Amino acid sequence: MNMSVNIAGVEWKNPVTVASGTFGSGAEFCDFVDLNRLGAVTTKGVANVPWPGNPTPRVAETYGGMMNAVGLQNPGIDLFCRRDIPFLRQYDTRIIVNVCGRSVADYCEVVERLANEAVDMLEINISCPNVKEGGIAFGQNPKAAEEITREVKKYAKQPVIMKLSPNVTDITEMARAVEAGGADAVSLINTLTGMKIDIERRTFAVANKTGGVSGPAIKPIAVRMVYQVANAVSLPIIGMGGISCAEDAIEFLLAGADAVSVGTANFANPGVTAEIVDGIEAYMKRHHFENVSDMVGLVK
Amino acid sequence: MAEREKELAAVVSQEQIADGIFSMWIRTKAAKTAKAGQFISMYTNDPSKLLPRPISICEIDRAQEMLRVVYRVTGEKTGTKQFSELKAGDAILLIGPLGNGFPQLKKKAFLIGGGIGVPPMLELAKELDCEKQIIVGYRDAQTFLKEEFEANGSVYISTEDGSVGTRGNVMDAIREHSLTADVIYACGPTPMLRAIKAYAEEKGIECYLSLEERMACGIGACLACVCKSKEKDAHSNVNNKRICKDGPVFLSTEVEL
Repeated sequence: MNMSVNIAGVEWKNPVTVASGTFGSGAEFCDFVDLNRLGAVTTKGVANVPWPGNPTPRVAETYGGMMNAVGLQNPGIDLFCRRDIPFLRQYDTRIIVNVCGRSVADYCEVVERLANEAVDMLEINISCPNVKEGGIAFGQNPKAAEEITREVKKYAKQPVIMKLSPNVTDITEMARAVEAGGADAVSLINTLTGMKIDIERRTFAVANKTGGVSGPAIKPIAVRMVYQVANAVSLPIIGMGGISCAEDAIEFLLAGADAVSVGTANFANPGVTAEIVDGIEAYMKRHHFENVSDMVGLVK
Repeated sequence: MAEREKELAAVVSQEQIADGIFSMWIRTKAAKTAKAGQFISMYTNDPSKLLPRPISICEIDRAQEMLRVVYRVTGEKTGTKQFSELKAGDAILLIGPLGNGFPQLKKKAFLIGGGIGVPPMLELAKELDCEKQIIVGYRDAQTFLKEEFEANGSVYISTEDGSVGTRGNVMDAIREHSLTADVIYACGPTPMLRAIKAYAEEKGIECYLSLEERMACGIGACLACVCKSKEKDAHSNVNNKRICKDGPVFLSTEVEL
């Protein structure tokens, strides 16, 4: 049986990675899951300089999920390259670095800085709903999305994955835009913008007022969007949104995702990713799939 | 290789000890290495509630591999309500021990707890080997854990309604009894900790505060539960520390409240 997948020329040992921001750079999770078991580790978003993030409270639980407005707190690219890349290089897994910024120049600076680092892929976050500048500003306008993709590609030595926002009228329009800009792959979905009110304190549950909703509650939306994008572009797709077990992951593969990311479920069970890899393998055995890629987009 | 896991632990006993306050003993491997001031992440059996609840450790029985948690039920349909319905023999999923715990100095000490910050001071009171003045603040006459504290040091009570001990807060009790200390350990609501921090820094007393914030992962990855740090933190590279991983106990001079 062959669990490996090829995403934009990069071979992963299996189709399972983690959603950016839910796994740090892996160090905090390595006691709970053998990182060698993962197809790739996708790191928390990193910018050209350190970002302090948003005020607390930054998270709230929602029915079947959660809402976060961490605000892309990150240590900046210098410390990231010095500490987090060498840490991950100890493991036999692909490294996907999620890149965030406030301007096109910020993104390009990080991408250029990573050109000679031992990382396998870049994921460009143009879809974070929790920062005022950058992030989603590029992810809700097809022209801006195409433009930033084209600029980033000028500096990138590794394949570029554009991470798409579900907070748009038509996600296929955004997927086509980044494809036109030269993206090597897309990942979707980022979180859905939501709001929760604490009725006892009569205030917003997260200090940012709005936050990104994730978890099993959003999974049907994510599966639908992956299906739509798979039918709109020819790019490889990394599907995510509420995956918490192997069955969920398989749904995304059947809908057209070439690989999957596990996000919020890491908080509910820090060892869940390895269980999902095992579960996909068991499903393949049960249904006589020789290659995991044979499942991709089977449901038309 | 993976060395830690979400553990299927067992409830040993459960009892209500005040209005909305429950005490549960759990048989868990976490007891073997747990320290006073650490916490465990407890999961409900309700699949609509994904996130663990961070609950401070109240007592540790290492020989029997048991931990005691004393927690407040925060409302109907909440995770803590579901915990309170568990009975002896029921299973409970948890991760722990987590966080750093209190340092233990051999100096004349204040152990200060307020509200649901009272329980973690009990294990510390049992373990500390020094002169202990335990100052605990409650809303009213439901002074849960009071007798257990009395077995471990001199106890001073404050209540908001004045029904027991000093009327007011823990600082009022310290002033009323003219208490002095060379080290302070405290856990409780932020306004209380802010007052203790100001008091300690004015008098130049070494002071350790156990902080609380809403968490998601509980293991230092998600950066939800940060507090402001005075200096740039080595891990975050900004003036933020992770309460779950770098704390929950901080030297008062390290953090801004």
